[in-house]
Amino acid sequence: MRAFNYSKTRAAGDAVMTVSGQPEAKFIAGGTTLVDLMRINVETPAQVVDINALPLKTIQALPGGGVRIGALARMSEVAEHPLIVQGFPAVSQALLLSASPQLRNKASIGGNLMQRTRCPYFRDTALPCNKREPGSGCSAIGGENRMLAILGTSENCIATNAGDMAVSMSALDAVVRIRGPKGDRTVNLVDFYVVPGSTPNIETVLQHGELILAIDLPAAPHAARSHYLKVRDRASYEFAVTSAAVGLDVQGSTIRSARVALGGVGTKPWRSKEAEAALVGRPATEATFVAAAQIALSGAKPRSQNAFKIPLAQRTLVKALRTLAGGGS
Amino acid sequence: MAKNVLSRLPEIQLPDGQLPEWEQPVVTEKSEPEPVVRPGSPDLSRRTFVAVSTALGAAMLLPAAPAQVTTDAPPELVSVALKVNGKTHALKLDPRTSLLDTLREHLGLTGTKKTCNQGACGACTVYVDGVRINACLALTVMHDGQSVTTIEGLAQGDALHPMQASFIVHDGFQCGYCTSGQIMSGVSVIKEGHAGSDAEIREWMSGNLCRCGCYVGILAAVKEVRDAGV
Ligand SMILES: Cc1cc2nc3c(=O)[nH]c(=O)nc-3n(C[C@H](O)[C@H](O)[C@H](O)COP(=O)(O)OP(=O)(O)OC[C@H]3O[C@@H](n4cnc5c(N)ncnc54)[C@H](O)[C@@H]3O)c2cc1C
Ligand code: SF4
Ligand code: FES
Ligand code: FES
Repeated sequence: MRAFNYSKTRAAGDAVMTVSGQPEAKFIAGGTTLVDLMRINVETPAQVVDINALPLKTIQALPGGGVRIGALARMSEVAEHPLIVQGFPAVSQALLLSASPQLRNKASIGGNLMQRTRCPYFRDTALPCNKREPGSGCSAIGGENRMLAILGTSENCIATNAGDMAVSMSALDAVVRIRGPKGDRTVNLVDFYVVPGSTPNIETVLQHGELILAIDLPAAPHAARSHYLKVRDRASYEFAVTSAAVGLDVQGSTIRSARVALGGVGTKPWRSKEAEAALVGRPATEATFVAAAQIALSGAKPRSQNAFKIPLAQRTLVKALRTLAGGGS
Repeated sequence: MAKNVLSRLPEIQLPDGQLPEWEQPVVTEKSEPEPVVRPGSPDLSRRTFVAVSTALGAAMLLPAAPAQVTTDAPPELVSVALKVNGKTHALKLDPRTSLLDTLREHLGLTGTKKTCNQGACGACTVYVDGVRINACLALTVMHDGQSVTTIEGLAQGDALHPMQASFIVHDGFQCGYCTSGQIMSGVSVIKEGHAGSDAEIREWMSGNLCRCGCYVGILAAVKEVRDAGV
């Protein structure tokens, strides 16, 4: 691990100024991504700014039924918070299906949004990887790519965004509240992540030194009736092979509004507005769900080992919708 | 059969001061200069001696580490106050030191195990202010002023904690390497209120892997303690 200077800040503005003034500085929250990657020399900050003393831990109700989650709230607290369990069940479920109880006790919501890919080559400094070392090449495209992405990829990078919570929150129109050296701004979570294109090292619109303050979740009928389904290689403590976050507002037998996002398949949490359009106004039936699932995966570009993800992601989405519509599983 | 167990005995000497392959640190350790180990420090134990000699061996065998690692001056040590199993320690640490290394190498509390060192197994589970976390991904400096409980802090003198006793009764281990982490989580699962059904216990114990596959005994032990209402 590269040596670093450690400091602790007590005001968000100070944290922003310290990191933005030092190109090699990084915030640290739970450290479950950063310490891991520093130990294998994938992340090599010269300065580490501990933000845990900042007053960003609260989970509070917003007027109109929404919820604001402070960036330093822990995954475990958010997962079991009554406002989340009742108003945004998909978010609670996604968190409970993430990592392990020990990691969830340590990891923060802001850090969770910023977690890095689990592409094995990204973690191996002996091999080329455009995300870690721009221009060096992508080892995954012609290598082990079973777990990697099929949507939003480029010829430079096919790394999957590994997060679960971000998939559920992308489906439910979350908004990220950010403080930077020039002031505060908000970004919709669906626009927060960017696809790799020719710059896979850039994963979000967050600029160096910008601090995530909180995430807002707006209330909606399809948020209160939402569900997260995760398919893994083992029963627990594993990243998604595929996952689906869905929200439905069904009146009579007609779908009034729908939200769909997929995990495990995209280079970013994969919101599918096309699938949503294929659901709205239609009866909540198996045929509708299957048609929407086909549309959600229509742009998929599989590689040598991951074509199986297309039917698997479709079935994951159909099963999640069926569960929500009350057809059981 | 691949390697005879006997061939692993430490007496075996290789020519040219080379280390036998199983003693060579994994490549990622080449630039991690075991910050907690200070040769000549009064508490240098056999264990830390092994760590020093492996690190030196690695330096001899491996090509030069990347410039970014070697050109940096060692960082200033930081003062950390840590309460461990009820006793307060004033420590001077390299900020890189993990809570796991602090416990094992500085405080001699080797009951907490280092297995994956990347958050993926749960062997290093300890409580910080009563909450279970993975000590391998925690920087000690971030826990200044906090209270840590390790497996050594569970027993009351010679009297085992009920979870420890139940693990013995139910054969909740074989090699024992994951066991302290399993016991720490077992106690937490009950305290957290996640020990209802067998399925619930399995899910909330899933942050602790057992390579020996002792899950049946582990589940039985957790249930016994839950039912005893301790
Ligand atoms: C073994 C293992 C299994 C896992 N399994 C899963 C899983 O199944 N599903 C899943 O979703 N995740 C999983 N994870 C990832 C885990 O959820 C993340 O590591 C965690 O959420 C990161 O949060 P943190 O607070 O520890 O982040 P940190 O490590 O502290 O920070 C991560 C990054 O975010 C930046 N950062 C932190 N806070 C802020 C902020 N407020 N503003 C701006 N930048 C910030 C840091 O600078 C750093 O670059 C797993 C991790 C491990 C180690
Ligand atoms: S897929 Fe992306 S992260 Fe993986 S090796 Fe290729 S460039 Fe690196
Ligand atoms: S050693 Fe910490 S989780 Fe494996
Ligand atoms: S007892 Fe050997 S790993 Fe669990």
